[in-house]
Amino acid sequence: MNIQNLSPYILSLVTFAPLAGALLLMLLPRRDRDIRIFSLVISLLTFVLSLHLAVHFHRGQSGFQFEVNQQWISTPNIHYHMGIDGISLWLVILTTFLTPLCVLISWTSIHDRVKEFFIILLVLETALIGVFTSLDLFLFYFFWEATLIPMALLIGIFGHERKVYAAVKFFMYTMIASVFMLAAILWLYAHTGSFDFVEIRDRIGRGAVPSFPAAAQWLFLGFFLAFAVKVPLFPFHTWLPDAHVEAPTAGSVLLAGVLLKMGTYGMLRFNLGLFPEQARYNAPWIMILALIGIVYGALVALVQPNMKKLIAYSSISHLGFVVLGIFSFTQAGLNGAMFVMLAHGVSTGALFMLTGVLHERRHTYEISEFGGLAAPMPIYAASFLFIVLASVGLPLLNGFIGEFLVLTGAFQDRAIYGIIGATGIIWSAGYLLWMYQRVFYGKVTHAVNNSLSDISGFEKAAVWPCAAAALVMGVAPILWLAAIDPAVQAALSPIPQALSKLVGQ
Amino acid sequence: MTTIPAAWLQTIPQTVPQGVEYIRILPELVLSAFGILVMVLDPLVDEEKSQKTLGLIAFLGAIAGLGATWYMAQSPGLAFSNMVRVDSFSVFFHFLVIAIAAVVILSSFEYMAVQRIRAGEYYALILLGTVGMALMSSAVELVLIFIALEISSIATYILAGFRRREASSSESSLKYFLLGSFATAFFLYGVAMIFGATGSTNIELISQSLLAQPVPLLVYVAMALMFVGLGFKVAAAPFHVWTPDVYEGAPAPITGFMSTGPKAAAFAVLLRVVFAINAPGRFWLLWVAAAFSMTLGNVGALVQTNVKRLLAYSSIAHAGYILVAFAMTTPENSGAGISAAMFYTAAYAAMNVGAFAVVSHFANAGERYVTLEDYEGLGRTSPILAATFTIFLLSLIGIPMTGGFFAKFYVFSAAMRANLIWLTIIGVVNSAIGAYYYLRIIVVMYMRESRKTVPTTPIPFGLGFALFISLTATLYLGLLPDRLLQDTQQSARELIHVPEPVAPNAAQNRAAESISPH
Repeated sequence: MNIQNLSPYILSLVTFAPLAGALLLMLLPRRDRDIRIFSLVISLLTFVLSLHLAVHFHRGQSGFQFEVNQQWISTPNIHYHMGIDGISLWLVILTTFLTPLCVLISWTSIHDRVKEFFIILLVLETALIGVFTSLDLFLFYFFWEATLIPMALLIGIFGHERKVYAAVKFFMYTMIASVFMLAAILWLYAHTGSFDFVEIRDRIGRGAVPSFPAAAQWLFLGFFLAFAVKVPLFPFHTWLPDAHVEAPTAGSVLLAGVLLKMGTYGMLRFNLGLFPEQARYNAPWIMILALIGIVYGALVALVQPNMKKLIAYSSISHLGFVVLGIFSFTQAGLNGAMFVMLAHGVSTGALFMLTGVLHERRHTYEISEFGGLAAPMPIYAASFLFIVLASVGLPLLNGFIGEFLVLTGAFQDRAIYGIIGATGIIWSAGYLLWMYQRVFYGKVTHAVNNSLSDISGFEKAAVWPCAAAALVMGVAPILWLAAIDPAVQAALSPIPQALSKLVGQ
Repeated sequence: MTTIPAAWLQTIPQTVPQGVEYIRILPELVLSAFGILVMVLDPLVDEEKSQKTLGLIAFLGAIAGLGATWYMAQSPGLAFSNMVRVDSFSVFFHFLVIAIAAVVILSSFEYMAVQRIRAGEYYALILLGTVGMALMSSAVELVLIFIALEISSIATYILAGFRRREASSSESSLKYFLLGSFATAFFLYGVAMIFGATGSTNIELISQSLLAQPVPLLVYVAMALMFVGLGFKVAAAPFHVWTPDVYEGAPAPITGFMSTGPKAAAFAVLLRVVFAINAPGRFWLLWVAAAFSMTLGNVGALVQTNVKRLLAYSSIAHAGYILVAFAMTTPENSGAGISAAMFYTAAYAAMNVGAFAVVSHFANAGERYVTLEDYEGLGRTSPILAATFTIFLLSLIGIPMTGGFFAKFYVFSAAMRANLIWLTIIGVVNSAIGAYYYLRIIVVMYMRESRKTVPTTPIPFGLGFALFISLTATLYLGLLPDRLLQDTQQSARELIHVPEPVAPNAAQNRAAESISPH
C-alpha cells in the first residue's frame, strides 16, 4: 500500500499544504470568486489529507507516530522534528475541519480585500497545524509565534468598530506572555544541548539535566504563563472578549475553535510532559483558578447583552473545564479535557458562525435587537437550537461526554472541585437557553426582523457539518477516545511509559 | 621573499610591504579608487546626467569592492607590519559593510533625484566612508583602528548634513560631528592609556601582556574609555542621546546607512577589543549598557510619531540586544556570543536598510511624509511597498521566518547558555514591549484608512532592486540561517584563537616573543 510511501511525508504535507495554497493565491488575479473557490479547494484538500492521519493512526499506541526528524540547523541543534500522538491528532483534524467551514462562512460576508483575507486564513491554518505537530521546542515556538500575526491581521483588518484596539491587545497579551516561554526554552537548551521534546523529557525524567531541580518551578511557570494567557485562564482572560467581539466570523471560529486549544494543548504536552512534579505541586492553585474561570465566565456570560460577547465568556467557562480536567491528574479528567477541547471547538465554532449569520443580516450582535426570529428564520432557529443543546451538554451530543468525564476526574481528585465545577454546567444551560429564548421566541419585536432571509446554502454548508460532528461525537465518543486514552495515560506517567516503549521495541 | 609563517611569528619587522599585503587591503584600495573616480568625474558630467551616472559608477565600485573582498579572502594573513589582519572575521565584516553601501547607493538613486541634491560627493563619501568601515574590521592595531574610525566618521558627519536646505539636517550633521569627535577622543585617550599600561597598541600583543597577573588599574580605565567611544558609535545607552536627532535630520537613505554600516564596523572593533584582547572587568560594563540600551530604546520608541525617530530609538534597542551577546566571560561562551553578535549585525543590516529604503521612497520631496499619520492606508494605496515594509518590521519585532527572529534567538540563547538569566529575561521582555511600536506602523498601514492624500509614486528600478536584496537577505537569514551561522562560528574561533593558552600556535607565539626585542 502507498501508506508506507506516504507516512513519512504526510505530516509535512498536511502542515504546509495551506501555506503552499496561500503562496499560489498570491499569484492569482484578484477575481474574488476564483479566490474563494481556490481557498475552499485547498482547505478541503488539507482536510482530506489530514484524514489519512486518522485512518492510519495506530490506536492503542502511546508514542508519537508519523514522525519526521531531520536536522534543520546544525548549531544550535535545531531539528525539523514532527510527530503526533492521540492528543495532537484530533487537534490537527479539528483545525483542518474548521478551516473549510471558515472559508464557506466568509463566502459572502467578506467582500473587501478578499485575496488578503484568504491568504491570511491559509497561513494561519499552517501555523496552527504546525503548533500541534512540532516536537522540537524551537519549531513549536516558531509556529506558536507565527500564529500571532495572521490572527492579529484578521481581527485588525476585517474586524468591526474597535478592531485595532482588539488586535493590538490580543497581540501584546500573547506576545508578552510567550517570551517567558522562550526564556524557559532557552534555559532548557542551554542545559541539555537539545530542543527535542522527547529527548529533553527523557533526560529530565532520568534526572540528567544539571541544576534542573532549582530551576524547574520557574521553567514550569514560564511555560504556564504563555499557555494560561492563550487559554485564557482567569485572570488573564481580558483580551478574549474584545478579540472575539471585534473579529470577523471566521476569525472568531478559529480563535475559539483552535487558538485557545493551543494553550490547553501546551499545558498537556509541555507542562505535564516536561515538568510532571511541578505540575502536581502547582495543581491546587491552578485548579482553583480554573474553577473561578468556570463560574466567573458563566456568570458574566449570563448578563451579556451582546451575543458574541456571551459566547466569548462561555468559552472562558468551557476552557476552565479543560484546565480543571488536565490538572486533576486522573485518567477520566484528562480524557474529558481532551474531549471538551474538541467538542468546544466544534460547537462554539458553530455558535460563532451562527451569530455571524445574524450579524450579516442585521450588523449587530445585541440580543435586544432580536426576538421571535423562529418565525421568519425557521431552519436557522432549528440549527441554532441544535448547537445550543450540544454546547449545553445534552446527553447524546458532544458537550455532555467531555464535561461528565472532567467532573468525574475532579471528583476523584477532591469532591468540592467537582461540585463547584458542576454548577458551571447549570449556568451554561442558563445563559445559552435564556439567550435562545430572547432571540428566537416570542413575538417579533423589531419590524425589520420580519423580512430576514433564512440561512443560505453556504451558511448551511458551514454549520451543518458541525452539527453532524456534534451528533457523532456524542453518540460514539469511543471513536475519539480510543486514540486519546493511550496518549493521556502516557502524559500521566510520562517516564515509565517512554522507557518501557524503548525497551519494548 | 619572506613567507607568511614568518609574518605570523612576528619575528622580523617588515619594512617593505610585499605584494600579497596589498591584496589584503584590496577592497579598501578598490573602493578608494572608485570614490576618487566619482569625485573626479563629478565636474565633468553635466548636472542632469550626473545623478544617474555617478550613482551607477558608485554602485559598480561597491560591486567591485565585493569582488575584491572575495579575492582578498583567498589570502588570509597579516599585512603592513601586523597592522591589518585578514581572517574570516574581517572578511565577514568587509562583505557586510560593502553590501550595505551597495544597497544604500541603489536606494539613493531615486531619493537624490526627488530631493534635488547634487550627487557628486554624496556617492564618493559613501564609498570613502565604507573604506573606513572595512578597515575598522581588519585593523588589529589600535591606532590604525582609530584612523579607520575617523575616516568612516568624517564621511558620515558630512553625509548627515546633505539635505542642505533643511535646518534639521544641518543640526543633525553638527550634533553628530561635535559629539562624535568628543567620543572618538575618548577612544583615543583609552588607546593612549592602554599603550601606557602594556607598551603596545597591537591587539595581539596587548592580549599577551594582559595574561600576566595582576592587570594594572590603568587597563580598566583604558577599557572603560574605549568603551565610551565605541558605545557612542553603536548608539548604546547611556551614550545614545544623540541618535534620534541625528537620525531624524539626516537624509533617509543615510540614516539607513548610519544605523547599519558604521554600527556594524564599530561592533567589529568592539568584538576585537572585548574578545581578542579579552578585556578585563568588562562584564558589568556591558551588562549594564545592554540592559539600559534595550530598555531606554524600546521605551523611547513607544511614544514616537515620526517614523525616522521611531526607527532611531529602535536602533538603540537593537544595539542593546547585540550587546547582550558581549557579556560573555569564559572562552566557550565567548564563541557563541561572538557568532550571535555577528549574525545579529548582519540580520539587522538587512532589515534596517530595507526599512529605511521604504521610508526614503515614501518620504517624497523635502521628506514631507515621515510621520505615522502619513502611513495610514498604505496597505491599500501601495500594497507591495506596504507588504515589504511589514516584513522588515516583523523582522525587527522578531517574528519567525525572518532574520530578526533568529538573530534575537541566537543572542538570547548564547546569553542563557552563559547563565545570564536576568539579562535574558530583560531582553525577551523588551522584545515583547518593542513589538508594540513596530506593530503600530503595521496597524496604521493596514487597519486605518488614509485621511489625507499622500502621493504614491511607482517604485523605480534601483529602489526595487535594493528592496529585493534586503528582503531576500531578511528571509534567507530567517529560513536558512545555517550557512551564515557556520561562517560566524568559524570567525569566532579565529578571533579568540590567539589568547587561547592551549593552542600550540599561541605557545609558539609566546616563545618567539620572549626572544623578540619587544
